[in-house]
Amino acid sequence: MNRSNFLLCGIIGSFALSTFLLVLVPQMQLGGMQPQYNNEEGKITDIYPIENRGIVAAGRAVYVSEGCMYCHSQQIRDEQNGADIDRGWGVRRTVARDYLFDSPPLLGSSRIGPDLANVGSATWRNEPTDEDAMYKPAKRDAAWELLHLYDPRTIVKESNMPSYRYLFDKRPISGQRSVDALDVPVEDGWEIVPTSEAKELVGYLLSLDRSHPLKEVKSATPEVAAK
Amino acid sequence: MTTAFASDPVSTIAPVPTPAVSPASADTNYPPAERAAVDASARGPVLFFFGNGLLWLMLATVLGLITSIQLAYPSFLADVPFLSYGRIWPAFTNTLCFGWGSLAGLGVTIWLLARLGRVRVKLPGVLITGAIFWQVGLTYGIIGILGGKTTGLEGLEIPTGSAILMMIGYGLIVVWALMLFSFRSQSTPFISVWYLVAALLWFPWSFALAHAARFLPNVTGVMQGLVAAWASQNFLSVWLTAIGLAAAYYLIPKVVNRPVHSYNLAAYGFWSFILFTGLTGAVRLSGGPIPAWVVTLSIAANILLLVQIVTVTTNLVLTMRGQYHMVYHSPTIRFTFFGAIAFTVASCLSLFASLRSVDRIVHFTQFQNAETQLIIYSFFSMVIFGAIYYILPRLVGCEWLSSTMITIHFWGAAYGGGLLVVVLLLSGLATGYALTDPAATVRQIIETSSVYLAGAILGWLLIAVGHLVFGLHFLLMLLRIGQPGGEPTLFSPIGEEAKH
Repeated sequence: MNRSNFLLCGIIGSFALSTFLLVLVPQMQLGGMQPQYNNEEGKITDIYPIENRGIVAAGRAVYVSEGCMYCHSQQIRDEQNGADIDRGWGVRRTVARDYLFDSPPLLGSSRIGPDLANVGSATWRNEPTDEDAMYKPAKRDAAWELLHLYDPRTIVKESNMPSYRYLFDKRPISGQRSVDALDVPVEDGWEIVPTSEAKELVGYLLSLDRSHPLKEVKSATPEVAAK
Repeated sequence: MTTAFASDPVSTIAPVPTPAVSPASADTNYPPAERAAVDASARGPVLFFFGNGLLWLMLATVLGLITSIQLAYPSFLADVPFLSYGRIWPAFTNTLCFGWGSLAGLGVTIWLLARLGRVRVKLPGVLITGAIFWQVGLTYGIIGILGGKTTGLEGLEIPTGSAILMMIGYGLIVVWALMLFSFRSQSTPFISVWYLVAALLWFPWSFALAHAARFLPNVTGVMQGLVAAWASQNFLSVWLTAIGLAAAYYLIPKVVNRPVHSYNLAAYGFWSFILFTGLTGAVRLSGGPIPAWVVTLSIAANILLLVQIVTVTTNLVLTMRGQYHMVYHSPTIRFTFFGAIAFTVASCLSLFASLRSVDRIVHFTQFQNAETQLIIYSFFSMVIFGAIYYILPRLVGCEWLSSTMITIHFWGAAYGGGLLVVVLLLSGLATGYALTDPAATVRQIIETSSVYLAGAILGWLLIAVGHLVFGLHFLLMLLRIGQPGGEPTLFSPIGEEAKH
């Protein structure tokens, strides 16, 4: 056989093998996946996950365009692969079904900041706040998230996260102070209000909750998972 | 069509006898006048690819420096949306890979295919048009990323519209490059050519398939992530690595004036490379929400790649045997051999880090950036620098002006790049150990890396100095300001035995 034909066949063959094993077979395995639901006498209840719609979808787009995934992962690894669950970042490992409607999936490859897979879950929202911080909001709620986006170091003193001030408007107060205005020092007569992007982003963050029990994976603390 | 790439008439009249075994030394068996004619035919496109690649490298250097400062000082440029870390970082990686890596790599590819195939480049305008399409697409893509328009898939951030323009350009280039291959007059391809053809053919399919996966029905969620991981691993480990090894297999024997130590070893290395490298992509999602068998397969492939690491390293080192003093004399060898050793280190490190017991610690940390940095910079870029030091004098007709400038470039690139890798590795290990400790708070985890951040900035500054000097030197060469042609510019004179 001609040497260069042999070379070309080898190259194409190796590519075909790689595509088959790493793309086609996993796709056959995962491609037909559906959300998990209960079928109670013809009534379908408890569907998980659900599609990203409205403010969640819009906030997701902001998350992507600001590149949040270069510092924050959204995947919980099991007990054999690190301390994610022991640390309380999630009650179970995340599996393919969790990301069913995520296009693109924001798995992240770097943890320059904490994992956000469950940042909207009850555990995370009730996390105690930083003792040394300038502000100590009682809960990690929407107000917390907005303030943190505007200036992370007012809430987490040694945070290495950049401020996203450009997602906020500084404007003169006309009449009544806006209900959205942030509780931060600003000159008299002015207020800091979140743009729609900031609100959407926070809406998306607070929607992130991958603690819903799934039949293919064991949750670490059944009493929490079964809430 | 056959005339477009017809071999030189000299060879058809008086064919050089083809060796019975594969050619161990590359292209020494045809007359210098013909070699000069081949070089002249490749001059336009190769200079265009190198020059543009260097401009992208300069941009990447600035972006890389900014990201390293931002990691230490989060407020740095944070108020300018298009310069915030989340946008600068992907702009940096894409500029480095698709701007510098691809263009400079393709420049080396075209020159090597012409030289080794003993074939002149006809209609070089096609190659230049291809490079223009590629760069228009890339420019739109980078502007898009800085403006917040990205696919959101790591390693494949360039929006699909821009990627299509790039693929059109790549199509023109790859067709022309494969023409050089098929109209070659050396019937038995040299080992470098194997790697180059593999790189040329692998990249477009994997890149196009990963973009197509975004739109194909039923490819949702983690599948898109897996395809993106696979494609970006292919870009690094198949495309960049193959071109780097092709250049090393050409330059080292050439400059030390000895044949490749063993052609059989080279063949084993190549086939294990091509067979296993394409299966390693899933380690990027190790421990993640993908089927466990895919990750196991990738780890196994990484271990089997040991065959390639050992054979390639042995072969290159044994080719150099007795000629190590050449790293003190020849700039080409100093850069290329540094790159070849970095290849071995990078491959061993990737193998080590892919093992589950290691991955569980270093995953999600700067350790992984160190691996990437080693492959793109300390291995690939250093070999390409070596290649440019070798090729450019043959294209412009004069030798490099100053060996001091080459020395500064080498120290900047070698020490700066090395420092960066070491700092990222240590920082990654520290963060990794903190991540495995459930009692460590987020603040403690973040603090583990803070002591290393200054080192990363220093590394980038050294790299930047090296690149500035190299850029200036390159410009002088384009202006034909250099030493008169004939003898290569060396760090120090050498004895008679190893002149090339």
